[in-house]
Amino acid sequence: MDIQTWTFVIVGITFALYIGIAVWAKVITTNDFYIAGSNVNPLANGMATAADWMSAASFISMAGLIAFMGYDGSVYLMGWTGGYVLLALLLAPYLRKFGKFTVPDFVGDRYYSSTARMVAVVCAVFISFTYVAGQMRGVGIVFSRFLDIGITEGVVVGMVIVFFYAVIGGMKGITYTQVAQYCVLIFAYLVPAIFISILITGNPVPQLGFGSTVTDGSGMYLLDKLDGLSTQLGFDAYTEGSKSTIDIFFITAALMVGTAGLPHVIVRFFTVPKVKDARISAGYALIFIVLLYSTAPAVAAFAKTNLLGTINNTEYSEVPEWFYNWENTGLLTFNDINRDGRILYSADPEENELEIDPDIMVLANPEIADLPNWVVGLVAAGGLAAALSTAAGLLLVISTSIAHDLLKRTLIPDISDKQELFIARVAAAGTVVVAGYLGIHPPGFVAQTVAFAFGLAAASFFPAIMLGIFYKKMNKEGAIAGMVAGIILTASYIIFFTFIRPDLNNAGNWWMGISPEGIGTVGMIVNFIVALAVSKYTKTPPADIEELVENIRIPRSG
Amino acid sequence: MENKAKLYWRKNLQLLAVLLGIWFTVSYGFGILLVDQLDKITFFGFGLGFWFAQQGSQYVFVVLIFIYVFKMNKLDKEFEFDEI
Repeated sequence: MDIQTWTFVIVGITFALYIGIAVWAKVITTNDFYIAGSNVNPLANGMATAADWMSAASFISMAGLIAFMGYDGSVYLMGWTGGYVLLALLLAPYLRKFGKFTVPDFVGDRYYSSTARMVAVVCAVFISFTYVAGQMRGVGIVFSRFLDIGITEGVVVGMVIVFFYAVIGGMKGITYTQVAQYCVLIFAYLVPAIFISILITGNPVPQLGFGSTVTDGSGMYLLDKLDGLSTQLGFDAYTEGSKSTIDIFFITAALMVGTAGLPHVIVRFFTVPKVKDARISAGYALIFIVLLYSTAPAVAAFAKTNLLGTINNTEYSEVPEWFYNWENTGLLTFNDINRDGRILYSADPEENELEIDPDIMVLANPEIADLPNWVVGLVAAGGLAAALSTAAGLLLVISTSIAHDLLKRTLIPDISDKQELFIARVAAAGTVVVAGYLGIHPPGFVAQTVAFAFGLAAASFFPAIMLGIFYKKMNKEGAIAGMVAGIILTASYIIFFTFIRPDLNNAGNWWMGISPEGIGTVGMIVNFIVALAVSKYTKTPPADIEELVENIRIPRSG
Repeated sequence: MENKAKLYWRKNLQLLAVLLGIWFTVSYGFGILLVDQLDKITFFGFGLGFWFAQQGSQYVFVVLIFIYVFKMNKLDKEFEFDEI
């Protein structure tokens, strides 16, 4: 069978599976819709969290980004895994004991204030919408590249699928489809990685192949060869990178703390039965995530070596077949500037003849490694699984924020459970449509706003929740002032450098050399300082709030 | 009851301090601040600093969470704060 047929078959089977799970998981109460009845097995929750967390960007783009950033790409690897340590140790068990439905629930109750709740709702909705637009776009791109369907039609198909299991099954439907999606995406990621590792280093374990010698007979270590190839072409050595130490430090911290503060990840820990389960399921989640995240840098190094070794300085007429295939998609462009018929790849923009989209490093891997056609179909299904699972988790946060936090808890508290569930479903359906629209007509700033989502989560939720648990005397004045200060600082820095004066966006103009990607760390520190300072000079929280804090610190209820 | 809860909380904070100290050391320490010094040491085909940044820190993170789970479950039982 050809690649297209295989892709249709594999993607079709996975979609049928997701819809089947949705029908099976139909829910009838808000408790099931918001948190799956708090009845999810911790191992299943670990898998669901991993799929929820790993987005189209992790699956499709990350290895490619690392391939072009070298050592600097470590910010993603450490940032997006280290956050789980913070989540497991500082937030998840206590939020589980608190045991409501959402992050704004906690912020609102702990700080006995509907203002605090509203600040949290606005942040949660903004962060989630930013993120979800990128996911729907990812769905459209995978469809258009592998199945020759337009981006618009691709997004619509994605919307229909998500609509099914998010609107019908709520959190319960999402959880079990995410478990299935994790299995699909990790299999789709590891199979090509293992083959390409064997091809380049002879070692079937990518993590070990990464540190092995190459099979070209030179006996050189892969990374030494890659450093040599990179410097020859005028790039920085692969293992050294070019960002400043302070910037690497701050970006890593912003991504870690942002991860721990993302509402769609936090809410997953409300779905397990006990505090004990929340702890262990964070551990399972990280194992499942590290399986992909420790493979990604190896894939990056293999693909980069292959690219530099086989494509650079080759006659255009003699490059392998996949080169032409991917030229057709526009992800690779060759422009023979010096008209010698050879492909010249160089750090010097004056003479460089090859433009490469980082996404190609994962998407074209099966063809580069000459794998059977079904593997290409598998990679398409994996990319879709990664995008859909994350989109569903985000949609649920948005619809819950509207139905539960905004309407039930604030504006119209008298509605029945049935009515609330109906509103939640309508909100989920509406959100799917808006997300789809954003995927088809992406606002020009989707790419930059990912930094925004993490920066805001780091500067708002993380300090507010952590202080709420670890500092009994933190009051509503302090928490609100801290969140507002953190958000304003982070947002204005990012808005200034990405929208108002993008021409000034370089290390020379950054405050202390910290890029907009890393400013969330500064926002977080400012949030902590402002919150602590304001709380010192304002009324201490009421006695029942101190009791609440004492209660969430201990697993046993009563 | 009051004192028991306080002692439990203090023990929890001590454990957190140790684990987060290791968390900081392997990522921000070995992977970022000391990366150039550690890269002089070869670990299989890697510079040691680069290995911590792209591989080792992740493995340590996983181990840290499981140590936390094990120790906290034990602490809960010891103080009879475990869920029934």
